[in-house]
Amino acid sequence: MSQNSMHIDVHHVTRVEGHGNIHVDIENGSINKIEWQVPEAPRFFEAMVVGRHFSEVATIVSRICGICSISHTFSSLKATETALGVHLSEQAAGLRRMLLCAEHLQSHILHIGYLAAPDLLNVGSVIPLVATHKDVVLLVVKLHRLANETCDIIGGRTTHPIRTTVGGWTMLPKPQEIEALKKRWVEAMADLRTLAGVLKSLAHGFPNFTRETEYLSLQEQMEYGIYDGQIKSSDAKKPLPLADYRRVTNEYVVAQSTAKWAKFNRESYMVGALARFNNNHAQLSPAAKAAAVGIGLAAPCHNPYMNTVAQLVECFNACERFAAHAEGLLDKGINEEKVTVTPREGQSANAVEAPRGILFHDYTYDKKGLCVKANCIIPTNQNHANIQKEMEKLVPEFKDQGKDRLQLMLEMLVRAYDPCISCSTH
Amino acid sequence: MSGKPKVAFFDFACCEGCQLQIADLEEEIIGLVGLVDVVEFREVLTGSAPAYDVAFIEGSITRPEDETRLKDIRARSKLLAAFGACACTGGVNKLKNLRDLTTVRKEVYGDKWDMPHLATYPTKAVHEVVKVDAFVPGCPINRQEFMTIVKSLVMGLAPKLPDYPVCVECKKRDIVCLYERGLTCLGPVARAGCDAICPANGAPCEACRGGVPDPNRNSMKEVLTKYNVPLDAIMRKFTIYAFDPEAGR
Repeated sequence: MSQNSMHIDVHHVTRVEGHGNIHVDIENGSINKIEWQVPEAPRFFEAMVVGRHFSEVATIVSRICGICSISHTFSSLKATETALGVHLSEQAAGLRRMLLCAEHLQSHILHIGYLAAPDLLNVGSVIPLVATHKDVVLLVVKLHRLANETCDIIGGRTTHPIRTTVGGWTMLPKPQEIEALKKRWVEAMADLRTLAGVLKSLAHGFPNFTRETEYLSLQEQMEYGIYDGQIKSSDAKKPLPLADYRRVTNEYVVAQSTAKWAKFNRESYMVGALARFNNNHAQLSPAAKAAAVGIGLAAPCHNPYMNTVAQLVECFNACERFAAHAEGLLDKGINEEKVTVTPREGQSANAVEAPRGILFHDYTYDKKGLCVKANCIIPTNQNHANIQKEMEKLVPEFKDQGKDRLQLMLEMLVRAYDPCISCSTH
Repeated sequence: MSGKPKVAFFDFACCEGCQLQIADLEEEIIGLVGLVDVVEFREVLTGSAPAYDVAFIEGSITRPEDETRLKDIRARSKLLAAFGACACTGGVNKLKNLRDLTTVRKEVYGDKWDMPHLATYPTKAVHEVVKVDAFVPGCPINRQEFMTIVKSLVMGLAPKLPDYPVCVECKKRDIVCLYERGLTCLGPVARAGCDAICPANGAPCEACRGGVPDPNRNSMKEVLTKYNVPLDAIMRKFTIYAFDPEAGR
């Protein structure tokens, strides 16, 4: 192969959820092909739930994803509730916000510690780090364990929660459980500060690459939005109601991907931690703002590699919000609530911020409460077009650094998005 | 097996939630890697190997190219274990099989439905394509059960799954029967080993682990009659995780 020719063929990128391929062809200095391919097997969830009773839908769609099953469950339950006119009490919503904070912490820590950090330390996985960086690994495990145990206590199980149901909860946590968790989440802030220090010392390993794009996320009045709100685009002054999601997502099929692509005001847009940070950084909790300053993350940030850093900043926010909601719950007392759901005809779309970005679920029910139509728009499928466009900018800028370096940068770019690929194909 | 056994994890059509349970072992993962050599596990590490002592397969088979990949892994592995409901029974992926396939494909992909890369056929469990030596049931798998199964395989023993229903574990935990609360539960015919986690959290069992071998059908019918639950309601519930009451799996 001549000096100016390069062939990169990464089959099934490692340390990401799901199957993606990177394909780059440069012949005599001429770039012939740059492709981010998604060969993930489609499972057809949107058709799976047609004909199912409303009480089964969330349990089924939880199985779209193992890492963000709680987010899918909540987006689904909210859509069903608004379609059927089911009211959610303040207590029930508060518990959902707490469980969603826990999923965000679980997912972000998994990504930062297990999936992204190995690249910054030039190893293939977290396993060798057990020997060389034992204290840091144990810290990551400790935070991950806290998040998972919180999900077990409030949701019944971290992967595919059990206590979550239309209108609320099959079972409530005990006050002493919430008290104990609140204490551990407050203590976790110190652990996060240690982790932030480690990430800061390694952050020079993230490539210095920028590409301005459109950033899309929820935006909520009262707090840094992850559970509720409207659709906020960095390109628009006013947010849009969730019911208008199709005007924003504009999904379409491409030959290189079994997951659909999306676009709004530009050729692509980005969702996830960096998008949320860029849109809503003013609403971050105090410790999260301080963490952003400390680690050198400022809005607007157009470097996609910094998505991992934004995730760490969000962990601080999750901790402070969890503790605040826990305190509110303990003040009011945890009370048994009876939920009755009457089936009726209805259609509604709703959304939450999954760890990887804004997640839409849309259902239509008949008068017996059976689902007749479903639509799910997944954070990572909204990101695929953006990943492609970023590769198209990255390759010409960095091809002179040689094949090994360019290949690593492309893999790290994909990992930075923390993609959930089987989720995106669903 | 001489030296540390070489173990690998692969996934097909799935949510990767079962593989996530390995990461969720937290500190216990150090024990696992002390027992076996994890030579290939795409979600967590970069690396591959030409042959394995045990290959764990998560996910269902839905395309010809996936059959080819699975058969290749089978050929290079001494033992192969189906890992999680999607692999063991087809799991939720088999809900697709209940409807007309062309309708399903058009609903999801619109007028692009028959582009070659979007091809799919009726979902298959792993044992419908290759020989399976062990099953790790559940949606998701149970981490402790997984560790026990790994230890059995490493010692050259056939893993033993409970052959009694979830009701037994529910009674042991003193949980008030969900039928008494007006809920419909598959506990009487579902395979135990999960410690009745769903009833313990106020939700009915959906038999995600498949059924007990030789379920007590007459007894189940008596329960349904006593609580006025129509048979087709139960039969519909069975379809969520592709539980086939006749297959005993």
